[in-house]
Amino acid sequence: MTEQLDAGMVAQQIAESDEQSAPDASRSIGKAHKRKEDAKLVTGQTNWTDNITMPGLLHMAVLRSPMAHARISRVDVAPALEMPGVVAAFAGAELAAELGSLPCAWPVTKEMVSPEHHPLATDEVRYVGDAVAVVVARDRYAAADALEAVEVDYEPLPVVVDMEKALTDEVLVHSDKGTNACFVWPFEAGEVDRIFADAEVVVERRYIQQRLIPTAMEPRAVVVAPIAAAEEFTLWSATQVPHILRIMLALTTGIPEQKIRVIAPDVGGGFGSKLNVYAEEVIALVVAKRLGRPVKWTESRSEGYQATIHGRDQIQDVAIAATRDGRVLGLKVDLKADMGAYLQLVTPGIPILGAFMYPGIYKFDAYRFSCTGVFTNKTPTDAYRGAGRPEATFAIERLMDELAAELGMDPLELRRRNWIPHEEFPYTTIAGLTYDSGHYEAATDKATAMFDYEGLRREQRERRDRGDPVQLGIGISTFTEMCGLAPSRVLGSLSYGAGGWEAASVRMLPTGKVEVVTGTSPHGQGHVTCWSQIAADALGVPFDDVTVLHGDTASAPMGMDTYGSRSLVVGGVAVHKAAEKVVEKARRVAAHMLEAAEGDIEFDGGTFRVKGSPEAAKTIQDVSLAVFAAHDLPDGMEPTLNSDFVVDPENFSFPHGTHLCAVEVDTETGMSTIRSYVCVDDVGKVINPMIVEGQVHGGLAQGIAQALFEEAVYDAEGNLVTGTMVDYLVPSAADLPDFTVDRTETPATSNPLGVKGVGEAGTIASTPAVVNAVVDAVRHLGVTDIRMPCSPERVWRALQDGSTGGHRAAEGTVAWGGASTATTAGGAGDTTTARGTDPNGGAR
Amino acid sequence: VDGTNYEDEVEPRLLLVHYLRDSLGLVGTPIGCDTSNCGACTVLMDGQSVKSCSVLAVQADGSEVTTISGLANGTWHPMQTAFHTEHALQCGYCTPGMILAAVDLLQENPTPSDEEIRHGLEGNLCRCTGYQNIVRAVRTAAASMSATRGASNSGGQL
Repeated sequence: MTEQLDAGMVAQQIAESDEQSAPDASRSIGKAHKRKEDAKLVTGQTNWTDNITMPGLLHMAVLRSPMAHARISRVDVAPALEMPGVVAAFAGAELAAELGSLPCAWPVTKEMVSPEHHPLATDEVRYVGDAVAVVVARDRYAAADALEAVEVDYEPLPVVVDMEKALTDEVLVHSDKGTNACFVWPFEAGEVDRIFADAEVVVERRYIQQRLIPTAMEPRAVVVAPIAAAEEFTLWSATQVPHILRIMLALTTGIPEQKIRVIAPDVGGGFGSKLNVYAEEVIALVVAKRLGRPVKWTESRSEGYQATIHGRDQIQDVAIAATRDGRVLGLKVDLKADMGAYLQLVTPGIPILGAFMYPGIYKFDAYRFSCTGVFTNKTPTDAYRGAGRPEATFAIERLMDELAAELGMDPLELRRRNWIPHEEFPYTTIAGLTYDSGHYEAATDKATAMFDYEGLRREQRERRDRGDPVQLGIGISTFTEMCGLAPSRVLGSLSYGAGGWEAASVRMLPTGKVEVVTGTSPHGQGHVTCWSQIAADALGVPFDDVTVLHGDTASAPMGMDTYGSRSLVVGGVAVHKAAEKVVEKARRVAAHMLEAAEGDIEFDGGTFRVKGSPEAAKTIQDVSLAVFAAHDLPDGMEPTLNSDFVVDPENFSFPHGTHLCAVEVDTETGMSTIRSYVCVDDVGKVINPMIVEGQVHGGLAQGIAQALFEEAVYDAEGNLVTGTMVDYLVPSAADLPDFTVDRTETPATSNPLGVKGVGEAGTIASTPAVVNAVVDAVRHLGVTDIRMPCSPERVWRALQDGSTGGHRAAEGTVAWGGASTATTAGGAGDTTTARGTDPNGGAR
Repeated sequence: VDGTNYEDEVEPRLLLVHYLRDSLGLVGTPIGCDTSNCGACTVLMDGQSVKSCSVLAVQADGSEVTTISGLANGTWHPMQTAFHTEHALQCGYCTPGMILAAVDLLQENPTPSDEEIRHGLEGNLCRCTGYQNIVRAVRTAAASMSATRGASNSGGQL
């Protein structure tokens, strides 16, 4: 690895970049404030859910199915009750009426097949890890011991793990439904058939989005404390969505919503995996209710790998039509998306989020998309960082590289010819989204200069010419994404079960300090710091005078929580608007105090002044104290300086950027090594550049991990072969390079702060940049694709097959962890048709 | 543990991390996996970093254990400060273990290169930061500790 730019230098570049507005010294927004969150985190004074304890706390352990599909003919928990320390044990049938069915909040079509999803299986198990029984004991060791005493008789049923086999319906995951096809969701715009029939060039490819395991560092955990006499419950959960969870717990168990308080204490990462309503949350609530005692459950990592949702797992058949001189015309996507055995909270919606992003930043005349959701005997999938959009971005960005190769054109040049030029914004894409702002030229120019694109291309040619065993590849990803979920009206049109608004409250305290209450639920993003910056600027108070309350439905009763890069563009904007409301009320009080007309009062930097008489002034803290005292307020005014605001965004947020990756591929070993990674992201106005840079870093790591390292592998019997951290390769510091990150700043026009989401951008952009680089390194050796993760073996096999026309590692090859990959067929089907050079060009 | 003597009879199978968390209530040390891959539970035992999920409580009999809660001595350890100033944490779940592993790394190699830092910390996983700022923090802490050593000539901190 060479040529790593110093990280401090990068930060300096960000600060000095002339495309970005210089931070105003008097303002908090734009400054790299150190995080308020850190003090407890670096000293171990954090309140993770598993840290919570209380008198009489019982520990729950969950017995899970070792079989991917079986009928349960008998469950006997009685032997477990004989074990020392055991207080109770339950099988599914006993609790079924109280547990209800786990919710799916996104029925993407009216006809969607939505099977019952019992938190504890009653008659049938449908994936390895499906919960069968629970034991409750005085400590976690006793509970774990007693699980082994529970007796279960299983009658094995046929198993299907492969989506294409599942679609034959020979083996049914839910026999009562008669099909494994969960839904078919189509979209079409423009004259697709005509454009493809007439096109000079059509490139077709099949891409496999391997299944991933989100692996937030904090395992899931839940604690329930009942007040039995009042039938009231407090539930702590390692969740991203305390507000959604509260509603869903009420609907699922029948316990009235107002009797449930949900708290997300400190939460150690989520990446979508804690955007859910899980069986264990419902079971712990019902068991605590039954026993009238507090109950805790904490998953082990291996248990979580089976019982916490997975991500991706799609088969993408894609085709692009273009002119010979490199103008893209049409795009076709036929998607199969693995739901797993059941639908979790938003499982079916994930591939649909991707549907709108396949056209990327390019101008197409026609687009056809169809997605089939498929049940298999595997852990359910759901949102994982990017959620549908990484898959779409991967497909279009890989396809653009393949088209460029077919046309003999530089892939960057092909992109330039087809992207939406800056002057055409706002632009409505063929998928029906209106991108409010963007500047692809600026981001790309900056990135290519930092990357030394031309220099690396030169070196690539030299290495090819001399047959260097270590070849150099350059990968490009000029991406955009839709995030900031979302306008409620749009979510309604997509059949989502809730809105996309976000709430905030701002309270001035008598001493002039500020409490911000937010409906977002941070788990590493730094909301406390950033919301403090936003409120400090709007109110003209010091950053340190602001505190932020979150993640507790008692103190922050309204919220739609944190996912989909929505927190800043919806929740942060709500904080800004709520603070403005406080200022407007304070202005009326200040006018009264200064005996001036309200219209003559100016507000700047926390001080109200009378126009033309700057000596007549009251600070917002003066006003706050006066309101608390309430001795002399305008007639009829309520003595509070509090405000609430709920933002429903008018549009999605469309961050974009240009990511460039140089990879060295050792053709003798197949080892791919990232030599440099440069990205220029445009996330609009920035509240805290340090936090934005950190979000990009982490996003890149997860996207690169999909490209090179991670894959959840099932065997034909439905066993998760990569079932522990030993087998599932989460990259360490030694596996990842330094990143060179920079920004351009094109403000969003859809919100008053000009901000766009950033949490998922790095993950969405980076996977195709890396794979494009790996393929580019060996394309001249006959390779046109390598299935992810591009492990040394896969690359090596592709190289062996390359000269004979192979383009992908053979089925059954092994991933990094030594696990067999038998789940998804690779191989045949990729074709490139060049009209005029192929006599059979029409027969695709 | 963290400067206090504890005497307890424990089950032979009790893991050190569960002894710290459940018996002593020292919950600053979290648990991230069950295969000793992630390093979230790293503590110092007699000055050396160990994964406390892979040590039995009885193996720690007579040893001196330092957790994240005992690392600060009135003021933050330079490594804690560097993690804060270099934004080397996001969710913070890996942070206690990462900090203690980094402290141990600098004891063995007070002036590591970036490559040595990356390899020295490969037993500790972080899912949020992409590691770049962690590497930067360890570098910053190394410089700060070496300056302190130079100034006081006292042979360094823990």
